[in-house]
Amino acid sequence: MTEYTGLYQRLYRTRVPILWWLRRRSYLAFVVRELSSVFVAWAVVFLLLLAHAVASGPRQYQSFLAWSAAPWVLTVNAVALALVVYHAVTWFNVAPQALVLRVRGRRVPARVVAGLHYGLWALVSAVVAWIVI
Amino acid sequence: MTTRRPVEPVLWLAFSAGGMLSALLVPVLLLLFGLAFPLGLLPAPDHAHLHALVRSPVTRLVLLALTVLALFHAAHRLRYTVRDGLQLKRLERLVDALCYGGAVAGSALAAYLLATIS
Repeated sequence: MTEYTGLYQRLYRTRVPILWWLRRRSYLAFVVRELSSVFVAWAVVFLLLLAHAVASGPRQYQSFLAWSAAPWVLTVNAVALALVVYHAVTWFNVAPQALVLRVRGRRVPARVVAGLHYGLWALVSAVVAWIVI
Repeated sequence: MTTRRPVEPVLWLAFSAGGMLSALLVPVLLLLFGLAFPLGLLPAPDHAHLHALVRSPVTRLVLLALTVLALFHAAHRLRYTVRDGLQLKRLERLVDALCYGGAVAGSALAAYLLATIS
């Protein structure tokens, strides 16, 4: 590090408004994607509460079902589902950039890598639904 | 500050694994238990079936891995969003402590809940 960096940074500090992420659609999409993680966390907490209710007995399971039908819980879960799907789609779309596969020295095209992820998503979802229902 | 933090790669790995696992598992589970069953679009599974399911060690391990990794995934993302989005660079350490502390506490609670299922 050169010695003048500290002063240099102090001189060139640009002021960024706190709502910078509302200025462009792409900034907003980025922040929404990042905030989807809050709903990912909510979803796992919700599933843990479900597992706990099931383990506690049939009555607790019934009251969990009643609680999950309350309007505010349904609303939170609807928003959470939308954002979790958004998380999944954006995650699988950038997967080809993170995962470089080579077959016989040639790079597997990005569309194929993304396609494999979507295929895996469909398979996992079908298996989970089949086990649960 | 340019201090090297050797935990960073581990946190990034947890972020990445948590993002993948939650992308694969959470949408279908939330669609079923969060909307389809409460709204009556599908009949809710009976208690005995779900009880047998959550008692199985495989289910519990999957749930534990999903919970721990998803919480660290969320902590990692939230840490940067809060710091840059709300411009709290000065409070970086506090933000990190709250995010990762929350993930650690949630993981411990999940491990306890899942270990004591009988």
